[in-house]
Amino acid sequence: MMDLKTLSLVGGVLVLLGAAAVVVHVLKRRTDSGIDPAIVETFRLRLRAWALLFAVLAATFVIGSAATVVLFWAISFWALREFITLTPTRPGDHRALFWVFFLCTPLQFFLVGMRWYGLYSILIPVYAFLLIPARIAIAGDAKRFLERTAKIQCGLLICVYCLSYAPALMTLRLPGRPAEASTAAEIGDGVMLGAQAPGRVSRSAAAAAADPGQNARLLFFFVFIVQLSDAFQYAWSHLPVRHVIAPAISPTRTWEGVLGGAATAALVGGALWWATPFPVWMAALMSLVIAVMGFAGSMTMSAIKRDRGVRDYGTLVAGHGGVLDRIDSICFAAPVFFHCTRFYLNMAESINPLA
Amino acid sequence: MKRLAFPPPVEVQVPRGALTERVAGAGLALIAKLISGFSVRWFDCVPDTCQRVYFANHTSHLDAIVIWAALPSEVRHLSRPVAAKDYWEAGAVRRYLANKVFNALLIDRKRIKVHQSPVDLMLREIGHTHSLIVFPEGSRNPGPEVGPFKSGLYYLCKKRPDLECIPVYLDNMNRILPRGEVLPVPLLSSITFGPPIWLERDEPKAEFLHRARQAILRLREI
Repeated sequence: MMDLKTLSLVGGVLVLLGAAAVVVHVLKRRTDSGIDPAIVETFRLRLRAWALLFAVLAATFVIGSAATVVLFWAISFWALREFITLTPTRPGDHRALFWVFFLCTPLQFFLVGMRWYGLYSILIPVYAFLLIPARIAIAGDAKRFLERTAKIQCGLLICVYCLSYAPALMTLRLPGRPAEASTAAEIGDGVMLGAQAPGRVSRSAAAAAADPGQNARLLFFFVFIVQLSDAFQYAWSHLPVRHVIAPAISPTRTWEGVLGGAATAALVGGALWWATPFPVWMAALMSLVIAVMGFAGSMTMSAIKRDRGVRDYGTLVAGHGGVLDRIDSICFAAPVFFHCTRFYLNMAESINPLA
Repeated sequence: MKRLAFPPPVEVQVPRGALTERVAGAGLALIAKLISGFSVRWFDCVPDTCQRVYFANHTSHLDAIVIWAALPSEVRHLSRPVAAKDYWEAGAVRRYLANKVFNALLIDRKRIKVHQSPVDLMLREIGHTHSLIVFPEGSRNPGPEVGPFKSGLYYLCKKRPDLECIPVYLDNMNRILPRGEVLPVPLLSSITFGPPIWLERDEPKAEFLHRARQAILRLREI
């Protein structure tokens, strides 16, 4: 079950979403509010998607970290489906795509669940990267070979590899992680960081049994800041002063929106420091990084969509939700946030091993 | 647009089959939905239990199953896909699925005789209750194009002009399970049901088949 800090973070976010839903409902009823109904409708749909994501995420925290990994696998699977559906492939890619969906994707999340950092951090950038062109070459269709290969690799990297760093936060070794996690975590960490001092493991394990919800909070904090900065970038872009960044990619995104959204995210993130393993200034800085990466993700995915001539991944096949539209910023922010956190914690520990 | 079916629809209780087959049917429909990720659109047309001929473009072995699975369950158990005997009689699993679960009407492509034409067989089998799912192109297309239609649809309507012909456009199914592949790649697809057409009195064969093909092509633009 959840401890008090985790409960207050999860509960607080859910209450906030509930309040926002009420506001949107009122705005939708009133036609004289002077706000464009299309904006209200967009916001309502986004809110619904976030509420669902946060609620399911909270439910998986109760079940256990394996459930969180499985949840992200399902999201990844669906996002990759949308990505490849949008990408023109040829019959010669069929077998390679089969392995991408049914071998690379589950294996990546299985390794994340196993906490095998040494392998899951290179599985797709190295092994899948090599497997895909080789399998397509064996199929014997050379037409636009490099382009097809690159598109499949790109889809796998963004939708699966990058997104898998979000549930990997559940397996990150934090100061104060649960004792039972310590042995498994060494598989990967040992490879990357060199042998651990034996005393350190037991000390942090003992210090920490008190706070088992820390990883879940870190993940929840991360997803919340991503979505919050998304929402505020959208809101701030409606200021009267507008410097549109790239009208051909996204006519609504402005520099004012990005700066305002990032600043808001940093403020809120700093105020939520108590839920994270960071001090206030670091929580704010991390939120800033999340906001900037989230922005980069949205812009990149917009560019891909514009190139393919669709507005949303959801409208590509009528009736589908467009999972990729909702998680594009998470995909870009997750690996960077994961590594920044990991680096910061290692630094903090080496400066002050008793902390 | 909606025209009354002739003769007027009669309430006939069709036995839904044994419980195991019904569970297998629901399971098969779910699996088809998961693998092909289809979304269903009814454009100027609503699901109905009246006798219909659903005719669709054909690119994949999945086609018959996904159209069957896309129909609401009360329509589904009245609808029989017309499929190739040589494919669906090969192996115990396929035979069980075709005969017991989605109640296919299997046509022997190799031994078509004049006095035992597939059209007569279809009409005899559906009686006055069932609907048909047919693929007028005859065989699967390797790409997303819609090939020329064979004449079966015309003769079917000539003998039963009261049957509503519903055009169905399948999008992206050829990438999920293309010709010559055994394992599917679970992309997303869509199934669009369009407004019904009927064979007009004295309408020539070529004209009707052209009109039917255009009805499917139009759904591609929607």
